[in-house]
This record gives sequence, C-alpha cells and structure tokens, in this order.
Amino acid sequence: MRVVLVAMALLGATGAWAAAWAAPLSVRVLYLDRQAERPPILATLDVPPDDDGPQGARLATADNASTGVFLNHAYALDVVTVAPDADFVAAGAAALAEGRDLIVTNAPAADLLALADLPQARDALIFNAGATDDALRGADCRANVLHAMPSRAMLADGLAQFLMKRRWDKWFLIEGQGPGDAEFAAALRAAATKFGARIVAERRWAFDADMRRNAAEEFPLFTQGVEHDVIVVADEIGDWARYLPYNTWLARPVAGSEGLTPRAWSAANENWGAGQLQSRFQRQAGRPMLDRDYAAWAALRSIGEAVTRTGAADAPTLRAYLLSDAFTLAGFKGAPMTWRRWDGQLRQPVFLAHPRAIAAVAPVEGYLHQANTLDTLGTDAPETLCAAF
Amino acid sequence: MRLALPLVLALAATPPMAAEIWISNEKDNTISVIDVATLEVSRTIEVGKRPRGIIFSRDYSKVYVCASDSDTVQVIDPDSGAVLHDLPSGADPEQFALHPDDRLLYIANENDAVTTVVDTESRAVIAQINVGVEPEGMAVSPDGRIAITTSESTNMAHWIDVETHTLFANSLVDQRPRHAEFTHDGARLWVSSEIGGTVTVFDVATQAELAKIRFEIAGVRAEQIQPVGIRFTPDDKFAFIALGPANRLAVVNMETFEVEDYVLVGRRVWHMAFSPDARLLFTTNGVSGDVTVIDVAARAAIKSIKVGRFPWGAAARP
Repeated sequence: MRVVLVAMALLGATGAWAAAWAAPLSVRVLYLDRQAERPPILATLDVPPDDDGPQGARLATADNASTGVFLNHAYALDVVTVAPDADFVAAGAAALAEGRDLIVTNAPAADLLALADLPQARDALIFNAGATDDALRGADCRANVLHAMPSRAMLADGLAQFLMKRRWDKWFLIEGQGPGDAEFAAALRAAATKFGARIVAERRWAFDADMRRNAAEEFPLFTQGVEHDVIVVADEIGDWARYLPYNTWLARPVAGSEGLTPRAWSAANENWGAGQLQSRFQRQAGRPMLDRDYAAWAALRSIGEAVTRTGAADAPTLRAYLLSDAFTLAGFKGAPMTWRRWDGQLRQPVFLAHPRAIAAVAPVEGYLHQANTLDTLGTDAPETLCAAF
Repeated sequence: MRLALPLVLALAATPPMAAEIWISNEKDNTISVIDVATLEVSRTIEVGKRPRGIIFSRDYSKVYVCASDSDTVQVIDPDSGAVLHDLPSGADPEQFALHPDDRLLYIANENDAVTTVVDTESRAVIAQINVGVEPEGMAVSPDGRIAITTSESTNMAHWIDVETHTLFANSLVDQRPRHAEFTHDGARLWVSSEIGGTVTVFDVATQAELAKIRFEIAGVRAEQIQPVGIRFTPDDKFAFIALGPANRLAVVNMETFEVEDYVLVGRRVWHMAFSPDARLLFTTNGVSGDVTVIDVAARAAIKSIKVGRFPWGAAARP
C-alpha cells in the first residue's frame, strides 16, 4: 500500500486573515484508489493513465482550499492507492479508526460495499467515484454511499435519447465478453425499451483474432445481413470495438463504448465556462481530464460546497445538506447538479462525445420530466429498487 | 457650388460623430462597431485573441479590450480602430472595470485567481489581489472606494478596499457568480449567479443581503435560466438582466425587486449596452452570433444585427 499525502496548506499571502481568526475548521478527505489489474487489450500503445481519479480529487481540493481561505476552512486530501492484491477494506478501516469519515473511492462494487458495510462506517459518508454498476444504485444501495459517477443506465439513456432524436431507432447491438460488457449491454437494452428503439440484431463478439490486421476482413462480414440505423457496442475495456468504425458492412455510425460515447466528461467540453477547469486540470496533471477525474472532482467539490454553506465538516451534517433542496453544484455541464434522494446518485448531464467534439448533451431537448429533466437519465424514483434511503 | 466645397472637405476631415455600440466577438478576434442611427455594422476591427471585456475611457478617446488568449489588455483608438499599445493585464483577462479616476483598470484574471490593478498611464501593474477561483465579474463603486471581484468557483463577491488593495469582506452568493454591477447612486451592488439562477442585491454600506431575485418563464426549463449581464437604466429604476440560454432579458423593478417583464432576444444572451440616450439597449447573443436591439420604453426587440462569432461584450460611445 502506497500512501501519498497531499496537504493543501493555507497560502502565505492570506496569512494575515488566518492569524486573526481561531483555529481553522479542518476538512480532511480520504481518496481510496483500488489499482486493478487491467486485462490485456489489442492496442498495446494505448495505456490509460493510472491517476485517472486522484488528479480530479486534487484539483477539487485546491479549488475548495482557495474558497476555504476566505472562511477559515482548511482542506486536506490523503490519496491512498491500494495494490490489486492488497486489503482495500483495511485501508478504509484505518482512516475510520482515526475518525476520518469522508471517503471517496475509485473501486469495484465488491470493495465499495465491503467498506460501506463496516460497522464503524455506518455514519461515514462514502462517495463512489469509479463504479458505474446499476445495482449499487438499486438493490445494493447503501445509505452511507453517494454516487458521483453516472450509472450505466444514465449513460445508456443519454445515448438512447440522442439516437431517437436523430431517428436512428433500429439498433444493431454487439456485446463483448470483457468485464462490464454484459452489464452495459443490458443497460442499452433497457434504454432501447425505455425510449422506443428496436434492437433489430444482437451479436456477441467472441473472436480473439488480432483485429489490427483483420478488422477490414472480419467486421464487414460480421455486420452483414441486417438493415439497421446504428451499431451500438458494449466493449468497456476498449478492446476490439475501436476497429469497427469504417469497417461496417453498411455505412452506419458506431456508438456506445466506441464512436459516439456517452460519458461523464469530455476533454472537448469548453462550454459553460469549462475552459478554465480544463486548463487548470491540464496544468496540474499534464493530461486532459477523464471521467473518473471528473467524478472525483464532483465528489470533492460537493463536500466543499456543503462545508462552505453549513460551516460543518462532519459526515451526518454534510450528508443532510447534500440531500437537501438547498444544495446545487455548478459542474460545467450546463445544468445545476444535485443528489437524488432515493438512491444517492448525482444528477448530471451526460455528454455524447467523440474524441474531438461533443455531438450533443443529454438530457436531449424534448425529453421532459415532471420534476427535473435530468431525471430522464437513469433510474427514477418510482422505479428504484433502493430501499436504504 | 464652389462655395460649398470647403465645407464638404471640412466635414470629410472630421466625420460627424454618430453614437456607436462596440461589440467584442469572442471567436472571431474582432470588434463589430454598430452605428446607432442606422442600426447597421459600420466597421469591423481586428483585435487580439478572444476579445471579451470592452470599456471606453471617460472621454471616449480610448477603448480598452480584454484580449483574453493574448493575455493582454489592448488600447485602441476608437476613431481609427488602430491598436495604440498593449497593457500588462496578468494572464487571461476576462472582465474589467475602469476606476472613476479614469486611470486604474481593475482586471479579473480568470485562470489565476487574482485581480490585477493596472495603471493605464504608467502602463504598469500596481497591485495583484488574491481572490477566489475563476474571478470573473468586476465592478468599481461610483465613489471609487470599493472594487468588487466575483469568483465563479468560490461563489463569492470579494469586496476590495481600493486605497489599500486588500479584501475587507467576502459575500457568499449562489453558484457561479458572473457579473457585478453597482447602482448609479452607489448604494447597492447586484451580483448575478449563472448556475444558481439568481441575482443577489447587497446594501453597499453594510454588505448585507437585501434581496434575492429569482426568475420563472413559462416553457423554459429552470436550468436554462442563467443570469449573466446586468444593466441599470440611468435613473436606477429598472434593471435589465441577461438570462443566457433562456434567450431572454428580465426587466426588474429596482424598488420592489419584482420581475416585471421578459423580453425575447437571440440565443445565449450575455452582456448589454444602452445607447447614449438610453432609449435603446443592445444585447450580445453568443450562440446566434447577433445583437438584438431593444426599445427600452416598449420593452420589445426591434431588430437583430448580425455581428461576428460569439459576440460577448458591449460598450457605447456617444
């Protein structure tokens, strides 16, 4: 277990302020990062950064700290990286034993639930900034866990809204065999039902040939024989679907895990003042912001906003404020973001992006909701299986 | 005929001054100059990268433009359109305010969490003040004693003592404060919160919150109502608030703080400028790339004028 401590010290320039006041309110957050073994993928040069998540947490802590300077609130972030074979729960338990009850995790569902179910975590506040599992917002929800990462259902619903708006309602679904592919394919099927698309063909990609050489031969044949508007793919680890665009039998767009992807964040977003956030992030991390960075940023900024408005730093007070009508977060996605009271999910727009631009933002214009259009994405209150809230 | 000639020549040498509205086009690196009499673009002037904030000197002999991506404030001769010189501005200047002394510029540096004070005569930075994250709105009180910076991510209006260039108060407002404006009498400060969807009114003497103005428009999603620009009629009776992607201005009674009217304009309305006689109001509509002209008394749009890409700021000269 490697421990990286990032202390956000008060700036010298504002020392006069701090000195005149009492001891600052201390807000110390633990970021628990489970390093997972990545399955090998075909594209060997495309190695994702291993700090997707912690960098977002750092940036938000710096943002919070510069507000804290004016209010005598001192923010600190501990980033703890847990190796694939190390004990994740023990790392969290150590922090809880010290009374540190604000935890942000980037971890699979099993780790997250084991941590949340510790007796000493009952009154803690844990932010899921990594797992997209719908079950975590449904039957497996926990009252002490909030979800900053969008669920697969939200992502699939966002994509479905856009495809329906374009009247591309005949989908050809291709499902991979990698981790998460079955779950994402299920979310795509549910979204098709919800928004009225038809899945006209469904195939499983189970070949293990090297697609860098064979894509041109394999994919035209594989996608032959069915009239469709769009191919939607489930390939969460980014293994094979990247070789599909332009190699389809018919001239059809590819969406889902490849092509037009629904996501929490995009490096192409420069609307709603996001340019400053992107450049602050780039300066700090030396790379563009990714989805888990954004989820961690949103979790930490939510904590900061709650501390700013309540003047408190304990988990129960912050949780109550986050779930109240008073809370909103400006998330650089064009709509105020809030937390759902039935499953602890952060309401947020979903970008429909390709690498160089955002094609659209969901909720797509025209999809209405009686309370909040953001609730057209994911599981709404009447359908929730979550009973913990 | 012959007698008339010298007169014509004289006129040509000093063209008659018509009132103008200057519009900065964020994604064209240009200024569009609108003739108030004809309501047409009379000139297009090339400036630095990503021009946003725009303001005239008191005697209208100079115009200052924040060229955000050139990291400078440009000083332009409004008659010739020539860039006279650049001013140091700190990185990424977005909005600024000119002190009533006609000399000091207060500049919000969006990427740096500082407010920079520049002396336009000596062309030197005389102070930098640490403020919250993403400073944007800038205003100086009419008596010249207080400067305000709003910081978008910190969600505060920072009150700066102009004499000492230190902060003496910080007021929390709703999410993403975009713009600050003192009333002409200097008694009140209005701050718009883009994502919060509200405008907060402060009593300047006590920095106490007097009112919070909310907006509601039938058929427009609440999250699209994003207040940004603020302008007051010269008599401080009515405030015009630009509501961003709601594509409307709100007209607010400044005594009761009631919203009296909404005026439909172009897409993503951002900032505004009154004509010098205050009978017309010009709005910058970023997404539709045009300027809507409002008849102030009738509270109705009378014309759209195509300008450059992403018009942002607006300033008038008589």
